[in-house]
Amino acid sequence: MAEHHHAGAHAADAHHDDHNHAPSGFFERWFMGTNHKDIGTLYLVFSLVMFLIGGSMALIIRAELFQPGLQLVEPQFFNSMTTMHALVMIFGAVMPAFVGLANWMVPMMIGAPDMALPRMNNWSFWILPFAFTMLLMTLFMDGGGPAGGWTLYPPLSLQGGSNVAFVIFAIHMMGISSIMGAINIIATILNMRAPGVDLLKMPVFVWTWLITAFLLIAVMPVLAGAVTMLLTDKFFETSFFNAAGGGDPVMFQHIFWFFGHPEVYIMILPAFGIASEIIPTFARKPLFGYQAMVYATASIAFLSFIVWAHHMFTVGMPLGGLLFFMYATMLIAVPTGVKVFNWAATMWKSSMTFETPMLFAIAFVVLFTIGGFSGLMLAMVPADFQYHDTYFVVAHFHYVLVTGSIFSIMAAVYYWLPKWTGHMYSETLGKWHFWCSTISVNVLFFPQHFLGLAGMPRRIPDYNVAFADFNMISSIGGFAFGLSQLLFVWLLIQTCVLKKGPRATPNVWEGAHGLEWTLPSPPPFHTFTVPPQVEDRMLAHGDITH
Amino acid sequence: MTCRWKHWAFSGLAALVTTSVYANPEPWQLNMTRGVTATSQDAYHLHMLILWICVAIGVVVFGAMFYSMYKFRKSKGAVAEKWSHNTTAELVWTVIPVLILLAMAFPATRTLVKMADTGNAEITVKITGYQWKWRYEFLGEGVNFVSSLSHQHNEARQLKSGIDPNSVDNYLLDVDRRLVLPTDTKIRFVITADDVIHAWWVPALGWKQDAIPGFINEAWTNIEEAGIYRGQCAELCGKDHGFMPIVVEAVPRAQFNTWLAEQKAAQAPAPIAAPVVVPAAAAAPVSATPAVEGVETAVPVSEEPATAVTEPTNA
Repeated sequence: MAEHHHAGAHAADAHHDDHNHAPSGFFERWFMGTNHKDIGTLYLVFSLVMFLIGGSMALIIRAELFQPGLQLVEPQFFNSMTTMHALVMIFGAVMPAFVGLANWMVPMMIGAPDMALPRMNNWSFWILPFAFTMLLMTLFMDGGGPAGGWTLYPPLSLQGGSNVAFVIFAIHMMGISSIMGAINIIATILNMRAPGVDLLKMPVFVWTWLITAFLLIAVMPVLAGAVTMLLTDKFFETSFFNAAGGGDPVMFQHIFWFFGHPEVYIMILPAFGIASEIIPTFARKPLFGYQAMVYATASIAFLSFIVWAHHMFTVGMPLGGLLFFMYATMLIAVPTGVKVFNWAATMWKSSMTFETPMLFAIAFVVLFTIGGFSGLMLAMVPADFQYHDTYFVVAHFHYVLVTGSIFSIMAAVYYWLPKWTGHMYSETLGKWHFWCSTISVNVLFFPQHFLGLAGMPRRIPDYNVAFADFNMISSIGGFAFGLSQLLFVWLLIQTCVLKKGPRATPNVWEGAHGLEWTLPSPPPFHTFTVPPQVEDRMLAHGDITH
Repeated sequence: MTCRWKHWAFSGLAALVTTSVYANPEPWQLNMTRGVTATSQDAYHLHMLILWICVAIGVVVFGAMFYSMYKFRKSKGAVAEKWSHNTTAELVWTVIPVLILLAMAFPATRTLVKMADTGNAEITVKITGYQWKWRYEFLGEGVNFVSSLSHQHNEARQLKSGIDPNSVDNYLLDVDRRLVLPTDTKIRFVITADDVIHAWWVPALGWKQDAIPGFINEAWTNIEEAGIYRGQCAELCGKDHGFMPIVVEAVPRAQFNTWLAEQKAAQAPAPIAAPVVVPAAAAAPVSATPAVEGVETAVPVSEEPATAVTEPTNA
């Protein structure tokens, strides 16, 4: 192996060289492996496959909605597509992608050799393919897949046939995977930072994942409880959600959304971390307000526990409840706004270049903020009575999840791909992917605001002709967005499989700072087997006066 | 020509701001309806207030970002500053948002308090959601009927029906029996469901409420303008969730009273499953003796009660 120069860290690695390579057997490496880099890769590849599957379901939805009238699928199947699209995207694409990024980057960012619990890490991943096989199989069962919405509200979700049990088991498996992953993240970050990597000097991505992991541990068990009650109501004669037996369907909504709201923050906090890594690098300027960013993230996480009923404003809540949840939801705008202002302030009086990661990161900030605006509008209860369960909500959450979470994941992949593979991706292809995606995603989702305001409800396969024009535009955007992702897949094949592209340096990007950028590109199988000697200047936030 | 883009921008903005009642959705409709009740107008104004605040904030923030991208680029020779703090700025952009939120909270709270007051209603209508139709009952009046998607629409919406939706008026927004309501009257609704959760929503009235099996939700309305207002179920309730619309026909009080009396008279309860053939003679207001007591049904009553109410021209 070539000599690598790192401040004292790897001189002692020479005698580790014979262990410092991946296992030679394919099965041993990829099915039994405990290496955080490999597991990160597994999560990311899995997430990409799920993204394409979930995306295909979306294309079926948009194809049916292209014109008024029912042309392609029966209403029941359409409902199962909307349900499965959400389940696959949320639990199969977004969450595993963020976990994959955490697995790859967190140990390297804090100077740790691996995650705290590498064997549990392996299991966290391998549960997922089985869980999703179980989930997707329901589409081929008698009665079809779940069709009551990803939110699984009873009594409707209990009208499903065999699929009910399998969806619930699949969700349990995904939950276990997430909980174990979260435990691993917390144990790693709190216990395995190299000396000198103090908490308030850690990269923001590490902070956002630390906080996200606490959210996961707090709320995934709640989801497990909610779906278990569905299971017993369906099969064991309980009446948790059945009024005739003394229960309450709305109680499910409370329990579900107590999970569900922190869940959406679970899907966005790591994105905030990614933006906070990328923008300073390409601005060649330190992140503005590092400590404010950390505290704002923690505030958002705390507030996320007390706003759940804003998903239920029309359920028949008393006035006091409506007011409380309205005010609490509005409050989240403050720390979120602070973060957006801090990114903008990082760009102000900087020296920017616009490589693909930076393009995606900037698009993330702008478009996520638009999603945030519609979120603030949704918080206002009297207005929400007109927005709730319409395409206005669909527009909102797709802005925050697609141009928010997904764009940040793409930004992260472009940012760290040269580090992972040792090759620069094709900047031309990356820019094509960026522009095609950004334009088409807005064509896809912006008109949905208008549809919602005009009165089009959610989760309907057919609609009045007044809604036809914007639906057609949205569907065209959808297909364009889907096609654009093929550019991304091709780029990944080129860079990772065909290994095209010039070799990447350790530092990759001129303005990048942090321990991970001191490692070779690609890094050896094992890194920081001996803790590095960390000096403040090696860290992006080593200067504690800022 | 510079004038032209200004013209388009202004038209676009004007289209957004145009206030229309929108009894039905309109093609290319950009904005929420003002509606025909005080509630709907309050909701509309709150919506517009928040929208403009968000636009203003967006212009400032995105403006700063796009300006930065233009001015502070390395290719233009920009040199990055080193600061990462500015306590004054951070204080300002924390405090000002809080003040903006406070400014938004007051009108929102006022409107919500008004909406919660269901007292002193003159009539009460019970709405029950079923898979996949609505039942309306005028409590205490003995008027009770089911309202389903119009037959013609139901044919058209079948998969590969070959019928062009554009050839069907108010496609998917028409029913066989409308809910007729009086204008300028406080009407209380009690809302429930028989099977799964549904939601009753007419945008022109300005609110929606979930219809939950085993529970009763309350709402109220006071319709200021006569007209026909259309809505849809707004909570996923199974395969035909998109096919159980609502049509409210708001008429002056006197006309409503006439309609109600006719409904009462024509209501001839019979077993639900058996289709009742109503001979033409029976449509006359001769009291039809109830065949089976207490059993309600969707009686295929002749169209006369509906036609007796003059359809106001749509706004």
